[in-house]
Amino acid sequence: MQKYGWGLPIDISANGWQIDQLIIIIHVFMAILFVGWFCFFAYTLIRFRQRSGHKASHHVGHFKLPAYLEVGVALFEVVLLLGFSFPIWSQQKVVKPDEKDAVRVRVVAQQFAWNVHYPGVDGKFGKTDPALMSSSNPLGLDRTDPSALDDISITNQLHVPTGRNVIVYLSSKDVIHSFTIPVMRVKQDAIPGHAGELWFQAKDAGDFEIACAQLCGLGHYRMRGFFISESPEKFEAWLKAQAPKPPAVPKVAAQAAPAAPATPAPVPSGAAHV
Amino acid sequence: MSKNAVNGHGPAAAHDSHGSHGHDLPFWQKYIFSQDHKIIGMQYGLTALLFLLFGFGLVMLMRWQFAYPGQPVPFIGGLFSDDTMPGGVMLPEFFYQLGAMHGTIMVFLGIVPLAVGAFGNYVVPLQIGAPDMAFPKLNMMSYWLYFIGGCVMLASFFIPGGTAQSGWTSYPPLSVIAGQGQTFWLIGMAFLINSSLLGSVNFIVTIIQLRADGMTFNRLPFFVWAQFVTAFLLLLAFPPLMGAAVLQLMDRLAHTSFFMPSGLVVNDQVVAGSGGGNPVLWQHLFWFLAHPEVYVLILPAMGIVGEIIACNTRKTLYGYKALVDSVIFIGFMSFIVWAHHMFLTGMGTKMSAFFQVTTMIISIPSVIILTALVLSLWGGSIRFNTPMLFAVAFLPMFGIGGLTGLPLGLNASDIHLHDTNYVIGHFHYVVAPGTIFALFAGIYHWFPKMTGRKMSEVLGKIHFTFSLIFMNGVFMPMFIQGMAGVLRRMYDPTQYAHAVPTQPLSVFSSVSAWCLGLAQIPFIFNFFYSIFFGKKVEENPWHATTLEWTAPTPPPHGNFAVAPQVYRGPYEYSTPNHKNDFWPQSMRETN
Repeated sequence: MQKYGWGLPIDISANGWQIDQLIIIIHVFMAILFVGWFCFFAYTLIRFRQRSGHKASHHVGHFKLPAYLEVGVALFEVVLLLGFSFPIWSQQKVVKPDEKDAVRVRVVAQQFAWNVHYPGVDGKFGKTDPALMSSSNPLGLDRTDPSALDDISITNQLHVPTGRNVIVYLSSKDVIHSFTIPVMRVKQDAIPGHAGELWFQAKDAGDFEIACAQLCGLGHYRMRGFFISESPEKFEAWLKAQAPKPPAVPKVAAQAAPAAPATPAPVPSGAAHV
Repeated sequence: MSKNAVNGHGPAAAHDSHGSHGHDLPFWQKYIFSQDHKIIGMQYGLTALLFLLFGFGLVMLMRWQFAYPGQPVPFIGGLFSDDTMPGGVMLPEFFYQLGAMHGTIMVFLGIVPLAVGAFGNYVVPLQIGAPDMAFPKLNMMSYWLYFIGGCVMLASFFIPGGTAQSGWTSYPPLSVIAGQGQTFWLIGMAFLINSSLLGSVNFIVTIIQLRADGMTFNRLPFFVWAQFVTAFLLLLAFPPLMGAAVLQLMDRLAHTSFFMPSGLVVNDQVVAGSGGGNPVLWQHLFWFLAHPEVYVLILPAMGIVGEIIACNTRKTLYGYKALVDSVIFIGFMSFIVWAHHMFLTGMGTKMSAFFQVTTMIISIPSVIILTALVLSLWGGSIRFNTPMLFAVAFLPMFGIGGLTGLPLGLNASDIHLHDTNYVIGHFHYVVAPGTIFALFAGIYHWFPKMTGRKMSEVLGKIHFTFSLIFMNGVFMPMFIQGMAGVLRRMYDPTQYAHAVPTQPLSVFSSVSAWCLGLAQIPFIFNFFYSIFFGKKVEENPWHATTLEWTAPTPPPHGNFAVAPQVYRGPYEYSTPNHKNDFWPQSMRETN
């Protein structure tokens, strides 16, 4: 399986074929139009070159073909808009899959890393606070919040199961980034102060890349993340391995004494920067 | 019909109001602080050509890093300081400075001043039969504001921390938290914006008020129409950017928060400031200028190509009225397509549908213009001199640039192609082998009028052939890279596995860029050699019909010895039973 080459990157997304199909249709259309046009152009240049005995005609002929061509191009554009672009956009960017069945994950961009936040077994994202953000707690996760106790915080790694919808809640801590996974045919700006969202479904397993597509500073070129799509069993196993340990002790401590020192949970294993 | 009568005085009176003939003025008034539109045009032209060369130099340096990331730059690497290229290896800081300034310089200091400042200034008053621009002092001020703006931009390379490095688009918050170079960039832009504003007002008034007797709007050369619409674009699109630049300057210097949202954390430090701003607002204001700006780059080029095609096919333009209508329509539409640059900022279906539809609509008049220009060749007697070669090559090059805009203008395909090298290839095809070829065509075409001498045809054809080959060599590979997902603005693209297979194309593109640089040597030599030693020619060497060719060569201050009277349309070529195959607009005889 060749992942990347001179053509479109491999598509392992359930919906990416729509975008690929549109790109291919447009390029075939462009090629036909350009080659046809260029032949006419080249023929005209040769036929009407200056030479002895040849004179320019003063009378301007009227051509009907260009008008048909214009209408044809316009109609084709209407088809592209109504038949492809509008519905694909609506499906991929606007209509969101059901949150209950989907894997939900927050991705918080910063110069120059992707912080990934899984809600853990309770399915609730814990509170975060900009004041708590540090290199050991890049999300600013408030571990005193009960729903934060089982949350997984990891940097530059996005694990997803195949065959399930994944919803990514996108935001940024500092400047504008753009989150893209080329093999998933998804791209969305991460803008500070804005809540971005995107979703996709991986159909095949494999190790791929997350890239930053918007100039975000000197390290823009190395803001690379790992995108790992794996079988649902492997994914569940990975989630378990990443869960904060020990999960039971802080819960008890939190109930007994809210100010117990156990709450600033250690950085989960695997959160170390990759 | 006489506009001059409305104006209160004829061209002769306007001429007298300059006080005296050019040769009476001291050197500094004649050539430095000149109020003569032709001298100002040439000042613009020379300055802009230098900036084009400089901006091209910046990217030739960057191309090394694209091709051989992290390797020391040979030969010249050692000449740079340690905070730009220690040991000849380019730092990311320097790379991003080069990138931001390449864009800024090429667009705002190179192409627009050459297309509008130089060709507009020199040719428009001559083509409409006016003695000068309507406001000569304003014209002078416009040039000097541009000059100061350029100096500010150049000076910013030498301040601590270097020049702007947030891209030519300067998106906040990155640009607001960037170093001092960005402040210089904003101040430089303020000068350039005001320069363009003064120029645009001057063009509009000149074209409306100072047309010669008989020069109705239907008899205006296509180039003048293109400049007329361009002037309106500049007038209406630049003020929002001026406002935006002031707001960004306030965000940087006075710590306001127009573009800065609350709760920013940079390097684990909470950013001070009230917050509550919106970075997307900048993008709207920026692209509200920058999309019409694209048409400011292309319309004058189309105008030049139209003039040269009519002259060198010895035939009128096909569909003059359709061409003019299309240019005006493009002008209107260019104000409502800007957000197609911002599809991925989180736009909903309705908004993005609107901007997709307007984007598809604006492609129609562009196709009409391209079609009309190609059909103008049909039935002609095509003279392949250097200006015509560049003008003809403009057509397929602009065609490629326009067509590749299609998958970017449809937001579904834009998801994959946005911010990839595909975008770089697309807009460079429009402005590099597109607009810049048209500008070269214009230089070769009007050089005899400006200097009284022709540029060498042999050197011109060498320049053309190699420029055409290497332009395509530089930009064609970018489409393939873009398809493969290679992202733009990458200091080291090989960091990404998906960019590695197409890395040989980066090398190919870079080598082409350096060869393209070499291909400009015949032009530079030709340009200066021909000023002094070119073949002397009479006032109308191309046997053209428009008014500038009936003025003396080079035209004196005040242009025409006698105010011209216009009798016919701009492209009366190959008229049956006429003694010549061209019939100048101001020639009186009925046959």
